[in-house]
Amino acid sequence: MAKDTMEMVAHKRWIVLPPLLVLLFVINLSLGSVEIPFGEIISILVGKPGSNPVWSDIVWDFRMTKALTCILAGSALSIGGLQMQTLFRNALAGPDVMGLSSGASLAVSLVFMSQAFGFGSFSTPQPWAVAGAASLGCSIVFLIIVVISQRLQDNTSLLIVGLMIGAATSSLVSVLQFLSKAEEQQSFLLWTFGSLGRLNWVEIRVLAVILLVGGLIGLFSTKSLNAWLLGNNYAESLGVNLSRARFLIIVSTCILTGGVTAFCGPIAFVGLAVPHLTRLLIRTNNHRVLIPSVIFAGGSLMLFCDTIAQLPGSTYVLPINAITAMIGAPVVIWIILRAKRVFI
Amino acid sequence: MLQLLFGLFFAQSVYLYSVKMKDAEDRSVIQTRQLTIGYSQRGNMNVLFENLNLQLRSGELTCFMGRNGIGKSTLIRTFLGVQKPLSGDVGYIEPPALGNRSPIHARQVAVVLTDRITAVNMNVYELVSFGRYPYLGWDAKLTSVDHAIVQRSIDHVQIQHLVTQKIYELSDGQLQMVMIARALAQDTPIILLDEPTAHLDLNNRLEIMNLLRKLAHTMHKAILVATHELDLALQTADVVWLAGNNRSILTGIPEDLVLNGAFDEVFQFKGFDLRTGKLHHEAHHSASIKLVGKSHAYLWTKNALERSGFSIADEGDAHAITIVVEGTQSKWVLDNDLHFDTISALLIHLKKHQPPQGN
Repeated sequence: MAKDTMEMVAHKRWIVLPPLLVLLFVINLSLGSVEIPFGEIISILVGKPGSNPVWSDIVWDFRMTKALTCILAGSALSIGGLQMQTLFRNALAGPDVMGLSSGASLAVSLVFMSQAFGFGSFSTPQPWAVAGAASLGCSIVFLIIVVISQRLQDNTSLLIVGLMIGAATSSLVSVLQFLSKAEEQQSFLLWTFGSLGRLNWVEIRVLAVILLVGGLIGLFSTKSLNAWLLGNNYAESLGVNLSRARFLIIVSTCILTGGVTAFCGPIAFVGLAVPHLTRLLIRTNNHRVLIPSVIFAGGSLMLFCDTIAQLPGSTYVLPINAITAMIGAPVVIWIILRAKRVFI
Repeated sequence: MLQLLFGLFFAQSVYLYSVKMKDAEDRSVIQTRQLTIGYSQRGNMNVLFENLNLQLRSGELTCFMGRNGIGKSTLIRTFLGVQKPLSGDVGYIEPPALGNRSPIHARQVAVVLTDRITAVNMNVYELVSFGRYPYLGWDAKLTSVDHAIVQRSIDHVQIQHLVTQKIYELSDGQLQMVMIARALAQDTPIILLDEPTAHLDLNNRLEIMNLLRKLAHTMHKAILVATHELDLALQTADVVWLAGNNRSILTGIPEDLVLNGAFDEVFQFKGFDLRTGKLHHEAHHSASIKLVGKSHAYLWTKNALERSGFSIADEGDAHAITIVVEGTQSKWVLDNDLHFDTISALLIHLKKHQPPQGN
């Protein structure tokens, strides 16, 4: 009986995640390079005219957009990571396992470095141009993956092909970097660090719609993801159309990862770590619970990392990619050491 | 009057008998037609079985036997609908339940495979409820009907005490019971099992096979078990399918196949006589022994003597052994004279005083 209740408690643990997300959201909004009293932030949020109009602009146009981007990016990458880990039954799979970020990197580095060869149409690339190039890069890799996935029956082969595509594109990026000038290299490097604070309200809306589409496809795959836990043969015996299910899961992951990469750069680690952290917390394999849970957990982790990255009280903002792994890795190690065992 | 009554009764019983016969014919759930299975890769045909006309019937436990690699799993995959036959067809008899989006095979056939379950972070109840997936929508939400069927399946297999256990906490035997409950929850007329008793100890193997036979008889399932465990199959199967050497499958009840030598032909036993169920022993002692006793003690004593090279005869010329049973204890009396408490002591004495032939 004691065991029974313990089990129930573990399954119900997901309810801590939404309040955690709200808490981190508020903390993230109230901290930044400019010190704004907490009471002022609350009154700005509820729509009252603040005592300082600049503060209102900061909260709405800088902090709010950044916090929302954190939630969008964190949850999208986490769903993608969860899907890839289940599909490939591999603990090391992340949303980027298909080489999408590498495709985006290649396209973006082409934009930055095109000026080196004289056909740059602008002196400093516009954010939309970078986002457009990144989406294009993701889409091309995505199409290659989809075509290959229709030819390969075996998920492991597909995983290896994805890694190979990633490796090949990365090497092209290296060649481009080798040929380009120092300033261009630096702008590209800054892009690869990832950034959550660059989006305006229009871009956030676009990103939100993209991620909603990807997320809904992922949610629609709940049953097939669950069935996949038993392996291909059992899943097929339960009436799951394997190739269609795999196609939908790949499409969903590519939309989610590609969308985030296009707008925020290649954000690492979160998509790999959050599904593990969530499973260790909730101790279930059921995607009916896992998908909503990783949405909240991913958003929370991203908000947390971003709060640290902006170094409250200072004007420095550290690259988000450096922070996610720096904060996240020890946490994951600690939790795994406590749990003694990882599950997929 | 009496005659009339008797006549009526007789007519009734004839009618019942004919109904029964009709049932027996109609219980087929699979009737293959010239089914040929195997693999075809780039024009190379690897045919495993050819022109099969098999009947799988409900209410029967069918054991599918044959040596490893002969194509047992392939036939199971073909019945399951995940592998296409090279020619002919499987011929499911029962019409599929209406109003469902899942492919037909998922509501016709449930399986227990040899695949390992790697998703160990779920409990037994969750694993059993996977059986309901062919009937669920995209969100995999179980209705109260589904929960009732899952619970019923758990009850049938009697694993109620395991429902909250995680998969990684189960023994191999327990996991196999859970997988059978999962197959039951799928609510299909046919259940196929691929080597369900592999890696299990004797008790678990017996438990699994008895359970399967019970399920076949009481729930009228058609259960097909691919196995190479002859002893289990002989004792539990209602029907045996025996994969022969020429891409064919012989069928019959186990006893018939033993007596007509089909098993011997397929398995090519070395020194084992299936008709007596014993290894063949060469008698190498000149003398024969008369053995008097009852039941188990007699059988095991005979076994020990024959294994040691003595032959047993009704009129033994050398010795007479009488087995005396007192309560749970047995004693062996040699030539109404010497008493032994164990067969071992008896054998030592006999060997010492009866040197083998040729010495």
